[in-house]
Amino acid sequence: MAFRLKLVPDETKIDFFRWQFVTFGFSAILMLASVVVLFLNGLNFGIDFRGGTTIRTEAVQPVDVGAYRDAIQPLDLGDVAITQVFDPSFGPERNVAQVRIGAQDGAEAVTPATIEEVRGALQQVDPSIEFASVESVGPKVSGELINTAIYAVLAALVGISIYIWLRFEWQFSIGAIISLLHDVLITMGIFALFQIRFDLTTIAALLTIVGYSINDTVVVFDRLRENLMKYKTKPLRDLMNLSVNETLSRTVMTSGTTLLALIALLVLGGDVIRGFVFAITFGILIGTYSSIYVAKNFVLWLGVKRDWDKSDPKDPKKRKNVSPFEGAEEV
Amino acid sequence: MLQIDRWKRILILGICLLGLLYALPNAFYARVEAHNDAAAQIEASGVETPELLAARDAWPSWLPAGLVNLGLDLRGGAHLLGEVQVDQVYKSRMDALWPELRRALAEDRETVGAIRRVDAPEGELRVEIGNPDQIARAVEIAREFSDPVTTLTGAGQQTLDITGSGATLSIALSDAEKAVTDDRTIQQTLEIVRRRVDEVGTREPTIMRQGTDRVLIQVPGIGSAAELKELIGTTAQLTFNPVVGTTGDADAQAGVGQTVAPSIDQEGVYYILDSTPVVTGEDLVDALPATDQNGLPSVNFRFNPTGARAFGSYTSANVGQPFAIVLDNEVISAPVIRQAITTGSGQISGSMDFDQANQLAILLRAGALPAEMTFLEERTVGPELGQDSIDAGKVAAGVGFVLVVALMIGSYGMFGVFATVALAFNMVLLFAILSAIGATLTLPGIAGIVLTIGMAVDANVLVFERIREELKTARGPARAIEAGYEKAMSAIVDANITTLIVAGILFVLGSGPVKGFAVTLTIGIVTSVFTALYVTRLITVMWFERARPKKIEV
Repeated sequence: MAFRLKLVPDETKIDFFRWQFVTFGFSAILMLASVVVLFLNGLNFGIDFRGGTTIRTEAVQPVDVGAYRDAIQPLDLGDVAITQVFDPSFGPERNVAQVRIGAQDGAEAVTPATIEEVRGALQQVDPSIEFASVESVGPKVSGELINTAIYAVLAALVGISIYIWLRFEWQFSIGAIISLLHDVLITMGIFALFQIRFDLTTIAALLTIVGYSINDTVVVFDRLRENLMKYKTKPLRDLMNLSVNETLSRTVMTSGTTLLALIALLVLGGDVIRGFVFAITFGILIGTYSSIYVAKNFVLWLGVKRDWDKSDPKDPKKRKNVSPFEGAEEV
Repeated sequence: MLQIDRWKRILILGICLLGLLYALPNAFYARVEAHNDAAAQIEASGVETPELLAARDAWPSWLPAGLVNLGLDLRGGAHLLGEVQVDQVYKSRMDALWPELRRALAEDRETVGAIRRVDAPEGELRVEIGNPDQIARAVEIAREFSDPVTTLTGAGQQTLDITGSGATLSIALSDAEKAVTDDRTIQQTLEIVRRRVDEVGTREPTIMRQGTDRVLIQVPGIGSAAELKELIGTTAQLTFNPVVGTTGDADAQAGVGQTVAPSIDQEGVYYILDSTPVVTGEDLVDALPATDQNGLPSVNFRFNPTGARAFGSYTSANVGQPFAIVLDNEVISAPVIRQAITTGSGQISGSMDFDQANQLAILLRAGALPAEMTFLEERTVGPELGQDSIDAGKVAAGVGFVLVVALMIGSYGMFGVFATVALAFNMVLLFAILSAIGATLTLPGIAGIVLTIGMAVDANVLVFERIREELKTARGPARAIEAGYEKAMSAIVDANITTLIVAGILFVLGSGPVKGFAVTLTIGIVTSVFTALYVTRLITVMWFERARPKKIEV
C-alpha cells in the first residue's frame, strides 16, 4: 500500500450538530462583536473611499516618522497620516513609508504643486527620498466608489441567492446568504479591529471570499441534494451530517491547497498587496468554517418545517423540488 | 466504459498545444516586446536600421507575438480620470448664436422693436425686445435657427428650446441636443487628448471614455501624472477678440456680451473683451515654435482660408484698434492693429521660454479641447515599484505552485501527478488567453493567478475524492473512475458558476486593478474546469489504457 498523506481519515462520523449551540453561539458572538467594533472603531478607509492622496516614499536612510510629520506639518495640508511600511525583502537600504494626505478643500485631485511642496519638505529631512507612487482620488470619485462597492457586494449576494434558489431550494439560498453575510461581516470586523486599510481592493477581496465560501457551501449542498434522493426516510439532520462528513476530506484538501498558495503570496508577494491577500486568507478560513457550521444549520431550521410536515417520501412533487436535474443525477 | 473519442482527444491535445504556442511569448517578454516595438516602428516609419532589424528578427515572425499587457501598477506610469465640463459647450453655442440671432431680429426691427441681450443663467440666451406684443414674431424668427435633432432617441425634438414670455425671449439647447452635444464634446476631447499624447510619443496609451462625461487616460512609462496633466489639462482654447478697454480691477463690471480677462504676464492688468471672438484656434492649420524680431521665443501660426478671410476683414476695418490674443481666458498679448492682415499668418509672442513656446505650438497643432477638464483621480506608479511587484509575484506564484503540487502528490499519488500536469496546463492556458485577448495584468491580477493555483485543483480534488468513495463500492477501477467524474460534475458546475457570478460582478463594477483581478479570476475558473475535467481525464484514461491496472489507489 502506497503512502498517502491523509489530512482527513477515510471515514469520519463527526456529529456537526452536537456542539451546534457552541459553534452557533461562537458565530453569533463574533458577528455581534464585529458590529460593535465596526461601530466603535469604524473602518480605516483608504483614499479610494474617503478621497485624498497617498504617497509611497522610498529612502536610503531609515524612516523617521516624527521628522517626516514635522516636515509636512508647516504645509498646512490638514489631516496627514504617516506610517512606515515593512517587508522582509526590503533590506537596510530601502526604507519605505506611506504618507496619506486628506482631501483638500475645493480641489478634486491633488495639485502637482502640492506634491512638489511635500517632496521638497521631505527631501529637507532626507535628500534620498523618492516618491515610488502617488495616488490621488477626489471626493467625487470616492463617493461613487463607495456606492459601487456596496452595489457590488449586494449584487453578488443577490446573484448567488437567485442561482442557489433556482438550482436548489429557497431554504438553501437563505442558508447560503446568511453564511456569506457571516463571512463578510466578520472579515470587516477584523479590518475594523486592527485598523487595516480598507479600500477598493479589499472589496475585491470580500467578493472573492464570497465566491470561495459559496463554492464550499455549494459542494456540501450538492451532496446533501444527492443524499436526499438516495435516503428518502433518513432524518434531515443525519443526512446533513453524512453529507458534510463525506465531503469533509475535499473541503479540507481544497482549503489546504488554497491556503498554501495564499500563504506563499502573503509572505513573498510584497507589501503592496499584503492587505488584500490577508483579507482573502482570513476569509477562506472563516468561509470554510461557515460552510460546515453555519449554512446548513439554517437549512435544517428552515427545512424542518417543510420536509417534516409532508414527509411522504414517495411524493413525486417533493422529489421534483429536490432536484430540477433529476435525470442527470440518477444513480 | 472508460474511454474518450479520438476526435475529442485530438481536440483536447490541440487546445493544449495552441495554449503553449500562445503563452510562449510571455516567457521571453523583453525580447518579444522589442520585436513588437521594432516591427511597429518599421511599419510606421518605413526606415529599417540594423538595430531595428536585429530586434525584429530576434523573435521569429511566424510565432505568435501577443503578450500579456502589464497594468500601470506593474509597468509604472500615470493614470488620470478627467471630467469634461460639457456645460461650457452650451455656453459657447449660445454665444455663437447671438450675433446671428441679432442680425435676424434686426432685420425685423419694425415689428419686434429694439433688441438687447440681457443677463441669463449659464447656457441660456435671453433677449429683450422693444415690442412685447410682438414676442410671437420673435419666437418665430428664433425658431429659424432650430433644427430637428437627428438621433434615434431624440427623434421629433428640436435642437433649441425657445420660449417667449413678456418681452423676453429665452433660448437654450434642448435636452436631446444637449445629449448630442455632450457626445460630440467627449469624442472631440478623446481625439484631441490622443493627438497630444501621441505628439510626445509614449507607447500604447489608453485613452477611453468612461460613463457619460469622463475620460480615462493611462500612459505607461511617463514620469508622473503631473507631467501628463500639464500636457492634456490645458484647454488651449485660442481666440482673437476685439478689445473694449483695459482695467485694473478684476471684478470690473463688463457689459452684456463682454468678459474680463487677466493679462498673462502683467500683474493687475485686465482687459475687457467682446466675448464673441473674431477667429478661434479651430481655424488654425499650423503652429510652430519660432523666434520673434527681438530673438525671443514665439509661436508662428497660419489660418485656414475661412480664418484668414475673417481675420483680414476684421483687421482692415479696425486699423488702429487693439485686439487680444487670448489663450484659455488669459490675454497673451493685445497688439494694436497697424495694418490689415490678409496673409492669414501671424505670430504670438509674450513672456515664454522656448519649452513653453514648443508646448504651446504642440497644443495649438493638436487643437483645443472643446471644454475644460477637471481631474477626479490620478495615480502615478514608478517603474521600479512595478518591477518589484512583478518579481515578488513570480516568486510567490512559484512557491505556491510547488507547495500545492507537493500536497496534491502527497495526497493522491499518481493522480496527484496527473493533477499537477493539468495545473501546469491551466497556467499555460490562462496566459495564452490573457495574451490572445490582450487583457491587462495588474497586481491584484497576479494575486488572482496565485489564488487560481490554489483553487484550480478543487475540481480535481472533487473528482479524486469521489473516485475514492466509488472504489469502496464500485465494480472495478474503470467503473469507479467513470462514476467519479460523472458524479462530481454537478458539484463542480454549481460551485464554479457561483464563483463566475462573483467574478462577473467584479468585472462590471470594478475599475483598473480590480478589473484585472476579475479577468484573471474568470479566465482561471474557465481554464481550471477545462483542465480538471478534460486534461486530467485524458491523462487518466491514457494511463489506464496502457497500464490496465486491476486495482487502483487514489
